[in-house]
Amino acid sequence: MKLDAKIPEGPLQEKWNRYKATCRLVSPNNKKKLDIIVVGTGLAGSSAAASFAEMGYKVKSFCFQDSPRRAHSVAAQGGVNASKNYQNDGDSAFRMFYDTLKGGDFRAREANVYRLAECSANLIDQAVAQGVPFAREYGGYLANRSFGGVQVRRTFYARGQTGQQLLLGAYSALNRQVAEGNIKLFSRHEMLELVLIDGKARGIIARNLDTGEIERHAAHAVVLATGGYGKIYYLSTLAMGCNGSAIWRAHKKGAGFASASWTQIHPTCLPQSGDYQSKLTLMSESLRNDGRIWVPKKENDPREPGDIPENERDYYLERRYPAFGNLAPRDIASRAAKERIDAGFGVGPQRNAVYLDFAHAIQEYGEDTIRERYGNLFRMYEKITGHNAYQRPMMISPAAHFSMGGLWVDYELMTSIPGLYAIGECNFSDHGANRLGANSLLQACVDGYFILPYTIGNYLADELRVGRISTDHPAFAEAETQVREQLQRFLDIKGNRTATDYHKELGLLLYDKCGVQRTKEGLESAIEKIRVLRADFWENLRVPGTSEHVNTELEKAGRVADYLELAELMCYDALTRDESCGAHFREEFQTAEGEAERRDEEYQFVSVWEYEAADQEPVLHREELEFETIQPSVRSYK
Amino acid sequence: MKIQLKIWRQENAQAKGKMVDYNLPDVNPEMSFLEMLDVLNEKLIRSGDDPIEFDHDCREGICGQCGLFINGRVHGPMSATTTCQLHMRHFEDGDTIYVEPFRASAFPVVKDLRIDRSAFDRIIQAGGFISTRTGDAPEANAIPIGHQTAEDAFDAAACIGCGACVATCKNASAALFTGAKVSHLAMLPQGEPESPERAEKMVAQMEAEGFGHCTNTGACEVECPQEISIEHIARMNFEYNKAAVLEK
Repeated sequence: MKLDAKIPEGPLQEKWNRYKATCRLVSPNNKKKLDIIVVGTGLAGSSAAASFAEMGYKVKSFCFQDSPRRAHSVAAQGGVNASKNYQNDGDSAFRMFYDTLKGGDFRAREANVYRLAECSANLIDQAVAQGVPFAREYGGYLANRSFGGVQVRRTFYARGQTGQQLLLGAYSALNRQVAEGNIKLFSRHEMLELVLIDGKARGIIARNLDTGEIERHAAHAVVLATGGYGKIYYLSTLAMGCNGSAIWRAHKKGAGFASASWTQIHPTCLPQSGDYQSKLTLMSESLRNDGRIWVPKKENDPREPGDIPENERDYYLERRYPAFGNLAPRDIASRAAKERIDAGFGVGPQRNAVYLDFAHAIQEYGEDTIRERYGNLFRMYEKITGHNAYQRPMMISPAAHFSMGGLWVDYELMTSIPGLYAIGECNFSDHGANRLGANSLLQACVDGYFILPYTIGNYLADELRVGRISTDHPAFAEAETQVREQLQRFLDIKGNRTATDYHKELGLLLYDKCGVQRTKEGLESAIEKIRVLRADFWENLRVPGTSEHVNTELEKAGRVADYLELAELMCYDALTRDESCGAHFREEFQTAEGEAERRDEEYQFVSVWEYEAADQEPVLHREELEFETIQPSVRSYK
Repeated sequence: MKIQLKIWRQENAQAKGKMVDYNLPDVNPEMSFLEMLDVLNEKLIRSGDDPIEFDHDCREGICGQCGLFINGRVHGPMSATTTCQLHMRHFEDGDTIYVEPFRASAFPVVKDLRIDRSAFDRIIQAGGFISTRTGDAPEANAIPIGHQTAEDAFDAAACIGCGACVATCKNASAALFTGAKVSHLAMLPQGEPESPERAEKMVAQMEAEGFGHCTNTGACEVECPQEISIEHIARMNFEYNKAAVLEK
């Protein structure tokens, strides 16, 4: 596998403009001769599909949900960052670039991160033009809030439903192009295989989830915008259907997979209450603007929170990280919470939570102001837990959330397979080893609206001559047979354990050994256990019904089968990185104060994995990270 | 808790459906309603039965994919709550619970409790957007929008497209869904110019899909998980009438 990041020459601030000025273009009347498949309709997928269609390409857009509007971007609550400097607090593209790079513990590409910051301001303009009702000041201008890991206010928000509003903006743009006939929409369709012809991505095999039909779809380029795979932990903040199957199957066809183990564990989620639990709901990080996090100073303190006096509370984030306090970045906040919980200071019936307390904020600003800022979050909290957070502190706990890892992409967002692109959360690019709050909506939108529409032309300019791609090519037949055989194999096992059963066991194992903290021994034992579990899956799985109709269990089986392979790669990824950085915290590599110990001399690179064969160790390739503009420093929030 | 369930089973859109009894002897009150169905499904699969198909995804009340008719009410007994946010603590030990799909001729049953709501996508395709190109746009602060206007537009834009308004309406009208989008965009200066045309096209599509007329019973507003007001239906009617007047 050859890794060429294709970073343009020139000073950081000029790279993207230079690229745009020199990349090849496809003329307007030629665009209609080119087909693009976009898998996924979240912010990245919808924005890319809409943009391609407006430019004149012919687009096919796929999602497994019953409508593109339901993709999980819809659930992002807190906001989207942009370096508009509306607050006059010294923000700039450069500062945002630096915050993002530092937040990612200097494990991302300078050029990509700068481009993200550079394009951020334009995104706000774009969203406003689409009718996204961002929060406004009384004078009618846009309002901002602050988020973890930064010291400026650059986060734009629409109450606690920013993701929903941005997605509906992209969804409306998508639908406008559907009506124009430039996009063909395939809802309730799942991509099950990538089709390569002469080494280039030329189409997909998809299953119609309502009828069970297996379909072939051809195109000149395939774009994966399939989101994160945090659901691999079973309990996570993701939607039930979120999965890693599209990128995993692309990986098995030759796409490099980068930083597989870097998963963000979000500090402010609702704790698990029982083994029937299907997901852990996220409470927006924006709550940390006004809420204070604490645990009792006394171990296993049985008292109600209101009965614990101020001097017997440990505001551990404020104590350990005075400069950032409750707004310390997510990886640090999660680790600090886990440390307190593991040490026996956890609260709640299962002793698996910490308090997030609004009493001070309510005293300072009044309940009405807090209600206006977070009303829907407090209401959601009450629905789920039955508790009123205006009167009693919330109980929160860390949970798996965002995948920094994903398919390796170059500066053009192309994977190591020509013609296959990965955008949004499913690629590895911009967040390094830890993503800053409110940067995920940004990355998804920037990839889809502003980057890929330019870079894809640079590739497609050469594809004009091949004409329309036919699904009669033997490569399609072969991929289709593979898909049919796998579906049949699931149905034929007729064992005694359900896909969910395996998923839960895998999730527990992975959270324990490859979650907030990792050790060499733990990871080695996890690899062994995953192999045993995988073998058992193929012996004892039970999938009811047939493949000819709606069959949710069959869908789950495919996703879990992929998770059982991806989990192993995650463990190799964590095992071969003898350092701690961002979300990757190897217990062997920490300072005397328990902070992450990064080892730049040996590990200033991105781990990119090549698939070999089932049950074989994957091959590690490295993309060295070169910092031309900034010097990596110790990431301190103290 | 002991719970008796009577659940609608239907093989496909053409098949005849029926209510089937299931008993769950040990339901934890902290479970969500959908988690209870998960537990039941795991049990059904193990005993060789066909699990119950139902719509759901995010399970945090925002994607709009879940939606069940529970004891005769859309999304169950709680107000401003989607099915996925309904918890068993709101039921009593020994309760019998009737579970049906959202019913409307424009929402055909796919299987069991799973329905096809693609009609909503087609209503949006008819005009639920602002005709702006992606890629470049004027500076966001160039057009100030009053705080209250932005908040009001948000209230309409908050619709999650679940279809509860349709399922609870005796006419199966999609007026609240359509009205919310027409109203959201009409209130904002960016969306105002094409508002009359938008209202006409979306209303026409709503009718073409087979949704009924609005007779202002207000049931939709009562059951909407996002508490979207029927004021937005009034605004849609206003925009629609405006379009008719402008044409003359």
